[in-house]
Amino acid sequence: MIRGKCWKLEDNVSTDHIISGKYKFGAIDSLDAMVPHVLEEVIPDFYKKVRKGDVIVAGRNFGKGSSREQAPRLLKMVGVSAVVAKSFSHIFFRNAINVGLLVVVAQKVPDVSETGDTVEVDPEGGVVRNVTKGVEETVNALPSEVTAILKAGGIVEYIKNHGAPPWLKGTE
Amino acid sequence: MGFIDELLSSVVGREVSPGEVVVVDVDVVYAHDGTAPLVVDVVERELSLEKLEAACRTYFFIDHLAPAPHVAAASVHGKMREFCRKHGIRLYDVGNGICHQVVVDEGIVRSGMVVMGADSHTPTVGALGVYALGVGSTDAAIAMAYGKQWVRVPPTVKVTLTGRPEPGVMSKDVILNVIGELGTDGTMGKVVEFHGSTLKFFSMDSRFTLTNMSVEMGSESAVIPVDELTEQWIKARGLTLHRLIDYNPSKSPFVDEIVFEVGDMEPVVAAPPDVDNVVAVSEIEGEEVDQVFIGSCTNGRLEDIEVAARILRGGRVSKGVRCIISPASRLVYTEALKRGYLRTLAEAGCIIAPPTCGPCVGGHMGILAEGEVAIATTNRNFPGRMGHRDSKVYLASPATAAATALKGSLTDPREYLRGWWT
Ligand code: SF4
Repeated sequence: MIRGKCWKLEDNVSTDHIISGKYKFGAIDSLDAMVPHVLEEVIPDFYKKVRKGDVIVAGRNFGKGSSREQAPRLLKMVGVSAVVAKSFSHIFFRNAINVGLLVVVAQKVPDVSETGDTVEVDPEGGVVRNVTKGVEETVNALPSEVTAILKAGGIVEYIKNHGAPPWLKGTE
Repeated sequence: MGFIDELLSSVVGREVSPGEVVVVDVDVVYAHDGTAPLVVDVVERELSLEKLEAACRTYFFIDHLAPAPHVAAASVHGKMREFCRKHGIRLYDVGNGICHQVVVDEGIVRSGMVVMGADSHTPTVGALGVYALGVGSTDAAIAMAYGKQWVRVPPTVKVTLTGRPEPGVMSKDVILNVIGELGTDGTMGKVVEFHGSTLKFFSMDSRFTLTNMSVEMGSESAVIPVDELTEQWIKARGLTLHRLIDYNPSKSPFVDEIVFEVGDMEPVVAAPPDVDNVVAVSEIEGEEVDQVFIGSCTNGRLEDIEVAARILRGGRVSKGVRCIISPASRLVYTEALKRGYLRTLAEAGCIIAPPTCGPCVGGHMGILAEGEVAIATTNRNFPGRMGHRDSKVYLASPATAAATALKGSLTDPREYLRGWWT
């Protein structure tokens, strides 16, 4: 179960909003150097304001745009514990799972949430709650392979612990 | 079943249906200098792998910043070259072109394949009847390491384009019209499958623009089932199909079917700040531009350079406008050179750049300053995409871009192209 402070974002937050391409392709090429620029055009100084465990709650099409995996990696690095959104771009969704950032699709909670609310996410129980507003929503529980990857802290950690991706075993 | 369901069923060896998660052999996996550095890190530093199971099906491209504009890029390129040498990976170095174009020019991607590219515009190659998925670096690294990946069989939307486009209306205009109608999340989580009588008027060059831009309405991928034109194209290049998919669309239960009448469409632009902000060129004619860019994986193919050369032949790029032309690949470049298009364009005052993503992604060779306005044949016009966050990008067809270069302000290309296709 994750419990954190909510940062409310709108529809169509692109990977360019999360980390602009000009940093990825500019002289700044390490993840550490990119940290101060995370979401800077949406929430200035986000990296200073965000606390460990905070949850992003957003509208539709979160993470649209480029395939840059730096986006979920950086959100995780600055302390974001989960992203709850009405829908995700498929690349961002896969990337987030791979890097161990919890992603949950929900409809009601994004509608009522405001920045500063307290939000809870229980991925295994399939529940998302806005505690401040008293709104609870059942969501699709994630497949067990995905939960296993998230629990390990990402696919790399999972492979290090188990020798292969979780989905590979069943196929051999 | 949609074409992709049939393709995945044939790959997996049983009938699959949308929503199912299946593990597939990946036929081709690629990454470029934007995404490959992280692939290298995942393989070497994070997973400490000595060997990549699918090294022979892996391709690296140096296309985003090519040639290197600064030391940081040069170091990244160096790291990629070394990694490729070590693992026996085929590298397409500076000058070869943009990954999505080179994979089809070189016959690396062929009809019937499952392709993963560490780039969001990988679905471009879907025009050849391929299941092409854009992924992140870690997903690509894992496909290279194990030769397999999981995919969720996607639901398919059928988009039917009917009628003959008017001269001056290119496939870019058609797909922008579609995106303007459906919105940037219009096909989220779905594959778009193109059908309809318009397709027979579109060459493979034009078709790649359709699948490329489909990404901008949220499509997970896009595909054009193999037809006669695809087969001719494949044959002309001395290639073969990778997998023959026995497909009958009339039996397909698509999640949605949308029909567009192409005969009524006009040349359009996507005005900033998003791709679905589509306006007829005729409505905003006169907006002045500082820069014109013709190139990218969307519209840097031979047909695109040809239409630009036709419009600019004997003319002169308007004073105060920089017109940059970057053919998408070496093959396109040399062919455009042989046919005299590049000479025509250079004589008209265009800047002929090497094949590179550069300007499209605000990387180099045409970065916009504060307040500048550009018209580009690329696929994204988000704030800051081509440079300063307060610069503006209008997305358009190469015909509209070239006509705009001549006049110095947004210009409907139709008057320059009367009778061309007849
Ligand atoms: S040309 Fe632009 S959209 Fe295409 S791969 Fe390069 S950066 Fe991406």
